[in-house]
Amino acid sequence: MSTGGQVADRASSGGRDLRLDHVTKRFGGFVAVDDLSLTIPSGSFFALLGPSGCGKTTTLRMVAGLEEPTEGSIHIGDDDVTFAKPYKRPVNTVFQSYALFPHLDIFENVAFGLRRRGAKDVRRQVEEALELVELAAMARRKPAQLSGGQQQRVALARAIVNRPAVLLLDEPLGALDLKLRRQMQVELKRIQTEVGLTFVHVTHDQEEAMTMADTIAVMNQGRVEQQGGPGELYESPATTFAANFLGQSNLIHAAVTGNQGADLLLDVQGHRLAMPVDRRNSGDDDLLIGVRPEKIRLNRADADGGERKPAGQGTDGKQNVLPGGVVTDASFTGVSTQYLVRMPWGQELMVFAQNLGVDGVVPPGTPVDLQWDPAHTFGLDGSADATAGVEHDEGVQPAPVG
Amino acid sequence: MSAVQGIGVGERQLGADGRPPRRTGRAGTRRTTPYLLLLPGMAWLAVFFVVPLFTLLSTSTQTRPEGAEIGVYTQTFRFANYVDTLEEYAVVFGRSFFYALIATLLALAISYPLAYAIAFKAGRWRNVLLVLVVAPFFVSFLLRTIAWKQILADDAWVADAMRFLHLIGPQTHIINSAPAVVIGITYNFLPFMILPIYASLERVDPRLIEAAGDLYANGLTALRKVTFPLSLPGVVAGTLLTFIPAAGDYINAALLGNRNTTMVGNVIDARFLKVVDYPTAAVLSVTLMASILVLVAFYIRRAGTEELV
Amino acid sequence: MSATAPAPAPPARPTRAGIATRSSRWLSRNAVRIYAVLAFAYLFVPVVYTFAYSFNDSGKSNLNWRGFTTDKWAAPCAAPDVCPALVNSVKIGLVATAIATVLGTMVAFALARHRFRGRTATNLTIFLPMATPEIVLGASLLALFLNMGVSLGTNTIVIAHVMFCISFVIVTVKARLASLDPRLEQAAMDLYADEMQTFRRITLPLVAPGIMAGALLAFSLSFDDFIITNFNSGDVNTFPKFIWVSSLRGIPAQANVIASAMFFLALAAVVLGQLIVGRRKT
Repeated sequence: MSTGGQVADRASSGGRDLRLDHVTKRFGGFVAVDDLSLTIPSGSFFALLGPSGCGKTTTLRMVAGLEEPTEGSIHIGDDDVTFAKPYKRPVNTVFQSYALFPHLDIFENVAFGLRRRGAKDVRRQVEEALELVELAAMARRKPAQLSGGQQQRVALARAIVNRPAVLLLDEPLGALDLKLRRQMQVELKRIQTEVGLTFVHVTHDQEEAMTMADTIAVMNQGRVEQQGGPGELYESPATTFAANFLGQSNLIHAAVTGNQGADLLLDVQGHRLAMPVDRRNSGDDDLLIGVRPEKIRLNRADADGGERKPAGQGTDGKQNVLPGGVVTDASFTGVSTQYLVRMPWGQELMVFAQNLGVDGVVPPGTPVDLQWDPAHTFGLDGSADATAGVEHDEGVQPAPVG
Repeated sequence: MSAVQGIGVGERQLGADGRPPRRTGRAGTRRTTPYLLLLPGMAWLAVFFVVPLFTLLSTSTQTRPEGAEIGVYTQTFRFANYVDTLEEYAVVFGRSFFYALIATLLALAISYPLAYAIAFKAGRWRNVLLVLVVAPFFVSFLLRTIAWKQILADDAWVADAMRFLHLIGPQTHIINSAPAVVIGITYNFLPFMILPIYASLERVDPRLIEAAGDLYANGLTALRKVTFPLSLPGVVAGTLLTFIPAAGDYINAALLGNRNTTMVGNVIDARFLKVVDYPTAAVLSVTLMASILVLVAFYIRRAGTEELV
Repeated sequence: MSATAPAPAPPARPTRAGIATRSSRWLSRNAVRIYAVLAFAYLFVPVVYTFAYSFNDSGKSNLNWRGFTTDKWAAPCAAPDVCPALVNSVKIGLVATAIATVLGTMVAFALARHRFRGRTATNLTIFLPMATPEIVLGASLLALFLNMGVSLGTNTIVIAHVMFCISFVIVTVKARLASLDPRLEQAAMDLYADEMQTFRRITLPLVAPGIMAGALLAFSLSFDDFIITNFNSGDVNTFPKFIWVSSLRGIPAQANVIASAMFFLALAAVVLGQLIVGRRKT
């Protein structure tokens, strides 16, 4: 008798969305997941992105059935799986440590779920799955004989072969080196598109999330800060955390001075800047305006600089310009040069200049003006924490207060 | 928000049908499973280990009624039994602990370098050497102790060699003496000392020793300041595992000793099985056990009970 | 070497250190190895003696070398009481091992995988038998049997053996369980295996080596036990008890034969076990 149950037998994404409603998880006094509500559409590649300790893995485990929510419910399609045991859910997990069964060979590892559900035609399905991850030749080896990358692919095959409604991936690429990781990101995306399952991918690597996911939910301290497509999240972050965690942002205090057509007029340190009204994001008149480093152009203000753009221009074809900066650091990374520019009011701003081979590296000490298209500006609450989401050394985040 | 929310951790929202969701018992959280698993084993230990200790306690205060046969005792709560017996056998107790201490120190001296060699210098031979350490103990320890009787006999090569080197006089016996007993005890408990020390040493990251060298420590200093402190848990475990059974041993004293090397174990054995003087034997056993418990208590206070098992 | 240019001066020969320096250097480099050899020699001398004397053409006592013979090996059961005692030891060993392994494994699972009240008391109760001198264990159990009027025999020996073996089984199995990644069991449940199936297909096979080790340990402790057995056996003879009793009159060389045979058997088993483990890894 298949103990997978009827819920698992109907395993295929088949239009079933994953829905979390007001899910909360408390461990003693510590709130790991705080009133989380998410809908993950069937067949999408969804990423849960956040620093360690933000609750993303706990959320994943609740979907898998390895933890029970303290409050809230989880539905797959119409089925309430909130308290269902893991083996009764049409969910499979690719664990961070792969968790391959060391005493079984690769074939039996991949076949495990199929056998427990009493599936017919096990051999063909396993072989197909191994083909998909390009490990057909390893079928009879033991996990210990495989490299990290190969083990990861076996773990993936083992989960995928069951065609679950939801496939969970818990930082599966964490243990791989950079090149392999990039390779696997592409592979995973390809496989997901080919097989059409819902993937929920948990990661702290924002590049990874943006590369692979259709939709990203940025999590911080048990809550979702923002949810949306990679482009939307990147160009229009809704919180300082999202602005700093995804890529990097320059956040500058600005005062709203008025409107001009579709533009909001701002005053930054005495300079007049502009931004589109619909990117304001906050009712405050005291804003933090943000602009991504790669959107800024560095104009030399010394003798070699050429014609200087007048400071503080508005929009309609004109640029935002902040003058008076001095380059304090220039790091040539090959693809680009990353500059730190100290502004007259003390703040250091970041500028990334793509290596077009046109201008050389601007050396530290050079006076420069910063210039960018007002349409690239985004606004945030002026009272928000401008340092939220900035990565510390090696991912050592201060422990959440329990 | 549901009224349930104010009730604190662990309470769940009521399900859609208004009833609290059925508590799902997954492996590890069902309430009765652990107790059922524990029951047979712990019951056995309770009945055949814990209870007998209390029986021993109770026996220790019994006395033989006037005119009763040999072996018949009644409970009289005579705590003076302790005073009498301990007075009479204080020397024996002292000697037992002394022999056990010497044996433990000797075992430590012999075992530490060996464990060190196996942990750090053995390379591929490590498992082989470990097997060789344990292998002698596949032979019955009685026979090995009797072998010592033969090895240390007056006309055997060890005695001859020592006489040749003028380490002992022509009339001195090695066998049937205190040193022979201590040698026997040391030998018997070597693996109990070697293995825990080895286990501890094996866990020492060799890069720590390299780091010490990088920081100007020579071989001996590194040993003293880095390796040895890190292996201390193993040393402590080995010391306890050697000293405790050594203190209660009587085989070595019986086979390799003489009238003056009697240990507590010999007396308990004699009192129990030959003279049938249960109260005295019980007093000695209880006292021995109590002293051991004091030692163990020291250890637990420093390390807690989770490390014990 | 050119014939026309002036020959370069011959390279200065490295001065050879004196014999004393060289040998002291060799000594300090190999000190640990030399020590290890001596230590192993010390460990094995009694074993060598035991083995050697199994070939002794002994009369009543086997303490003095009389001559080489293989008679004892040819007829290991010739001496009276030896083989019955051996059989008893094996029987008791098997029964005690079976009981202790089952009981001990259950407790190990409870300790490693579950939460329950009274952990400290449990740990203590498990640890104390290992820390108690055998004479106290034996004597106290005897006191119990005497007080309860239980007659001594094979049953009481088995009871005693199970008692002191359980703790060792628990420690061994628990260690193995602790090193078992709980995520493997989670992965199994994630892959549609319920609790029973997870236990049967994942947990048990992976713990099995630990259980085997515990069982082997229990058997060797039981087989070799003398002190506790002596107190609780009444008239029944086990192999070690036989040796002790006959040590007064003279141990027959057959005992050496059997002991040597057990030694080689055990050694072979361990070596085999190591090889199997090694092979399994590849």
